[in-house]
Amino acid sequence: MEQMKLLAEWKYTPAKVHRGYARQYLSVDLGKKDGVFTCETHPVSDEMIEKFTGGRGFGLRILWDKVTPSSKWNDAENAIIISGGPVCGITQYPGTGKTYSVFLSPLTDQTYNSNAGGYFGPFLKASGFDAFSVSGKAERDVVIYIDGDEGAVRVYEWAPENRNSYFVTEALHDHFSENEDDKRNISVVSSGEAAEHSWWGAMNFSFYDPRRRVARLKQAGRGGGGTVLRDKKIIALVVKKRDFSGKENDPADLASLQKIGAKLHLEIRQNDDTQSLMRKVGTAHLNLVMNDYDLLPVNNFKFGRSEDIHNIDPDAYEKLFTQGYADGCWYGCSMACAKAVDGYEIATGPDKGKKVTVDGPEYETAASLGSNVGIFDPLWTIETNYYADHYALDTISLGTGLAFVCECYELGLINKEHTNGLELKFGAKDDLLELIHRMMDGKDEFAAAVGKGIRKMKEIFSEKYGADRSVMERIGMEGQGLEVSQYRCQESVAQWGGYFLTLKGPQHDEAWVIFMDMVNKQLPTFEDKAEALFYFPNFRLWFSLAGICKLPWNDVEPSDNRIRYRGIEAAKVPEHVQNYLDIYTAVTGKPLSKEEMILQSERVYNYERVFNLRMGKGTREWHNIPDRALGPVFPDEWNVRADYFDGRLREAGIAPEGLPVEEKIVKLLEYRRKEWEKLVDAVYKRRGWNANGVPTLETLKRLGIDFPEVVEVVKPHQ
Amino acid sequence: MKFLKPLLDKCVMCGACMSACSKAWAKKDDPEMSRISVKNVTGLPDIRVCDQCGGCIAVCPTMALQRDKNGVVQIDRQKCTSCLICVGFCPSASMFFHADTDSPFKCVACGICVKACPEGALSVVEQKKEG
Repeated sequence: MEQMKLLAEWKYTPAKVHRGYARQYLSVDLGKKDGVFTCETHPVSDEMIEKFTGGRGFGLRILWDKVTPSSKWNDAENAIIISGGPVCGITQYPGTGKTYSVFLSPLTDQTYNSNAGGYFGPFLKASGFDAFSVSGKAERDVVIYIDGDEGAVRVYEWAPENRNSYFVTEALHDHFSENEDDKRNISVVSSGEAAEHSWWGAMNFSFYDPRRRVARLKQAGRGGGGTVLRDKKIIALVVKKRDFSGKENDPADLASLQKIGAKLHLEIRQNDDTQSLMRKVGTAHLNLVMNDYDLLPVNNFKFGRSEDIHNIDPDAYEKLFTQGYADGCWYGCSMACAKAVDGYEIATGPDKGKKVTVDGPEYETAASLGSNVGIFDPLWTIETNYYADHYALDTISLGTGLAFVCECYELGLINKEHTNGLELKFGAKDDLLELIHRMMDGKDEFAAAVGKGIRKMKEIFSEKYGADRSVMERIGMEGQGLEVSQYRCQESVAQWGGYFLTLKGPQHDEAWVIFMDMVNKQLPTFEDKAEALFYFPNFRLWFSLAGICKLPWNDVEPSDNRIRYRGIEAAKVPEHVQNYLDIYTAVTGKPLSKEEMILQSERVYNYERVFNLRMGKGTREWHNIPDRALGPVFPDEWNVRADYFDGRLREAGIAPEGLPVEEKIVKLLEYRRKEWEKLVDAVYKRRGWNANGVPTLETLKRLGIDFPEVVEVVKPHQ
Repeated sequence: MKFLKPLLDKCVMCGACMSACSKAWAKKDDPEMSRISVKNVTGLPDIRVCDQCGGCIAVCPTMALQRDKNGVVQIDRQKCTSCLICVGFCPSASMFFHADTDSPFKCVACGICVKACPEGALSVVEQKKEG
């Protein structure tokens, strides 16, 4: 391995974690390409805990002080703040190793928060830090290493021959370990060479798999965190903590944690085979369900199902994933959804012929680098998944972005001259893969343009290639600059909001309310939809404060959940909500009711909204929604479900008889745009925001976050 | 493979096995700390003790569960992170835990309870590998 040169070193006394908190955070600044490195530890106050809880809340609070309203993502002061939260790092309950990364995003020019599994967050806390902030820009490539046993932070200069993620991660697990057993005590956050050019740069968080004897990667993929990391010249962040016992959080009530956790382990063992198949197929089990309900994105979200679905259904993926391994991305996760394909022989690109372990594909990747680009070949998806992770491209934005490119190509908005010879039609396996390879080094002008994301592509394609901007605005599936994740939301009015009335853009971690709205018809009025778009985003945000994975909440349910509870109450999975309240209390020693849980989230939700307002966003005009998200745009989309869409027109009071399809489309979209505005009004009202989407002073007071600096931001907008 | 074999019809639910086990392994006379559990369920003994099936080995994230040379499943406490997946996934519900101990615990067919049982309801037997 290339020599690592020590540039700076600081010693610290690791704080002992007590009841979930170390009560200090680490802040490293890499200067302004001037070689001036600083390292500080800061206390975490009672007020910070009370108002921001942890994880994403801490990240936002720390970032607020790091940046100014004019800061951009590539300014030195932008920081990446990684924090788990008070529950993060327990081992007794499934899904409790999650870590949140907060930063200003190149895609959205506002705050972003992206979560990942892997061991970084728990090891960071056990090393004595509730959060780790890294800001500044180094002159040359560096690695920041935290040794939690020794109490040392070091910055090394390192110029590896290959800056892509699998290479970097393996090399650093090797370098910082004393032997094979020691490798599991290390976690690496890395990015890749595509992140040096593309705004879709992902951050890969590692954990060492002792059975496969390889470092596995879990992605904080969304929002361009990897791009920010490489802009700072950071090759990797590394933390090491030996002898993890599962009691590092020093919980107030270990006996309760054990009891609640053991119960859920048993529940997963008993129910997973009949409920979700997470242990066998991971989230890729969703492909078939989404297809059945016309929710699977096919060809840039034009269609919702395909006859070729059986090529990528759960049976197909079950055969490809290695079965019977303990596939949790943190200790104690019996949901074990971190599936992997072992012994896969790479077919293209720089690693051609190499046999590798590929992490995933998860559902989002199986759909984005699959059906959404018109490809129903799992081996192609596995190949692209490998390279996307290795080069560090967010598979969701990449797939949605490529789908947009394919549609532009098929519509004749761009051609082979623009693409430098690539024929980028839907289903063009070889040419799409070649485009991904070209995105790695950024030398190809077209590939570099694609890597900037759909919002920028619309600008470049119209200005440089003369493409019709208005068509691209209709079909480009982005909101606030972020590409939509892999669910078609056209037929669920509530999910329009679930995607497009979000803090950071259309990402499925706020609310997934399609079934309760579209299938089960449990949200008939705008007030009902607004209530769901109040509760679920806040409930789910809580996971990001505590350091918890969403999946064990409702991807397994108690056997009697739907007998004991009905409708939306059943969708909340009350027994599991109670588990979260109980484990929070068991760790911190502080009682928590379900109302207080929502209050904790609401504080951070509104703080983040104000933060985005401070960055020049965060008002109604930024909650954009493209036509394709509301309904069919072209006749082929209508005609594939003509009777269904005629029915929707009738429901809207418009007689379809005698109308040409083009006119039907116009009328349905006009109607749905009006419905959208009604939804926005209802949701803003329920959230305690004014008609412009700004939290009111009353709301901020009620939540106790009416700090002077917050009030100052919202006051001109009242 | 060595394992502890209980005979339900001989068991009188006196608790001597749990007492001997917990005293030997946890230095405490406490049935909650015993590696064998005997409960009175509607007048009949419900005995939970590891049969060394090895179902827990594959689910352990740190490979802390391994068979020893006698085929007995042992926990490497250096590797164990107390996650308790093995508890939830044990087919015979015979992996136990207690907040006072760092790791879950199970029967290792040591035979201490065999000597303590007044009714001869327990024995350590050897099962040869087939073929």
